[in-house]
Amino acid sequence: MAKQQDTSNGVKKILFVEDESALQKTFGDILKQEGYEVVSALDGEVGLKLAKTQSPDLILLDLILPKMDGFEVLEKLKEVPETKDIPVIILTNMGRMEEIGKALELGAKTYLVKANYTLQEVVEKVKQALE
Amino acid sequence: MSHLAKKILESLNPLTPCKKWGVPLRQCPQFLFLLMGVIIIGVILATYSIAVYQIGDPKIVALIVLVIAFVLLILDFIITRSFERIAEASRMKTEFINVVSHQLRSPLTNLRYSLELLSSGKLGKIQEKQLEYFKILEENTQRMGDLINDLLTVSRIEAGKLPLKKEEISLGTLTKKIILKFKPLAEASNVKVELRVPKNLPKVLSDSLWLEQIVENLLDNAIRYIKNKGEVKIKIKAGAKKIYFEIQDNGVGIPREEQKFIFQKFFRSGNVLKYQTDGSGLGLYITKQILRLMGGEVGFSSKENKGSTFWFTIPIKL
Repeated sequence: MAKQQDTSNGVKKILFVEDESALQKTFGDILKQEGYEVVSALDGEVGLKLAKTQSPDLILLDLILPKMDGFEVLEKLKEVPETKDIPVIILTNMGRMEEIGKALELGAKTYLVKANYTLQEVVEKVKQALE
Repeated sequence: MSHLAKKILESLNPLTPCKKWGVPLRQCPQFLFLLMGVIIIGVILATYSIAVYQIGDPKIVALIVLVIAFVLLILDFIITRSFERIAEASRMKTEFINVVSHQLRSPLTNLRYSLELLSSGKLGKIQEKQLEYFKILEENTQRMGDLINDLLTVSRIEAGKLPLKKEEISLGTLTKKIILKFKPLAEASNVKVELRVPKNLPKVLSDSLWLEQIVENLLDNAIRYIKNKGEVKIKIKAGAKKIYFEIQDNGVGIPREEQKFIFQKFFRSGNVLKYQTDGSGLGLYITKQILRLMGGEVGFSSKENKGSTFWFTIPIKL
């Protein structure tokens, strides 16, 4: 019981929805080192389910995903009261104006294009979003 | 001499482009047009002579005209189809570049992030010797990333999907910023960069990111293609309606016979390959296409072993 309280009080939980297992590993490792708990989802459907059951403090979301794409996941997250206040950071390689605009309109907090950010910079954005 | 004659004949031969494109004769638009022309002339002559000598039977004349008209219609249809096929092939190629460059991005991102984590020392202490190799890996992922970005730009230009913003920009300030950014490369290459800008240079209305890319491309080329040590001189002047930007180097220059290819995509000059294996052959193509979209112009003059002078113009904000 005491242990459970510890995790819910101290350690912030991040849900990482990304189908590239290499990225799951790199971000998983570095975020754990920074003291976060990381929950992985390799497709959109699992991501949405975990967002509801695990109640993470932050969601890192890719847009190109199997089964359900990131836009749809984002839209569904914002429809439900228990997940609509979880901040979502989009981390993707799509970087066109329409895509950025659409994601922000759907309620994403930040939009990061992978090619333009280093690992460390992404971690900084995660920290800022959790403050 | 006979070689030249052969070349002239070849350029006059309407079938040459189809041979180059790999289009079969029965689908070659040039050939079909020629054939149609010959048929039309033949028909006019034939109808005329038939009408003159066999005026007694206008029904036959009418029938012949109808048949010929039908043949021409079929030919027309084939020609249109052939053009469609060529246009389709060109579109597929653009699409292919787009898909490939997008697909290359994901594995490259994986490499880049893994490498960053490895070289950060967070996974364990790193030896001095390992750092050197991490640096090599980093530089090469960077190069690959730049190449993919250039390919994406090319596919966007060709698909007509390159949005340009309209911002007020001071070309002088922008150039100063880029020279500062290139200082390490210039110093490492033993190249002095000099800039001359008049005091009250009018502003231009353009997209700052792409304008930066253009100036970067030109400065990067100027520095890179200087053997040993050298000088790069940049001059910016204002005209009545346009701003004129000129960049002069005393580098390897471009051989005369290759000058006409310099703005083609993927073209790399033979003499340059000796000094610099790095480079995609896309920089100047992108530069030219973007300047065209911005309403500007670009050109150059060059002498092998003496250096090159590239210039571009861009409309002043009115």
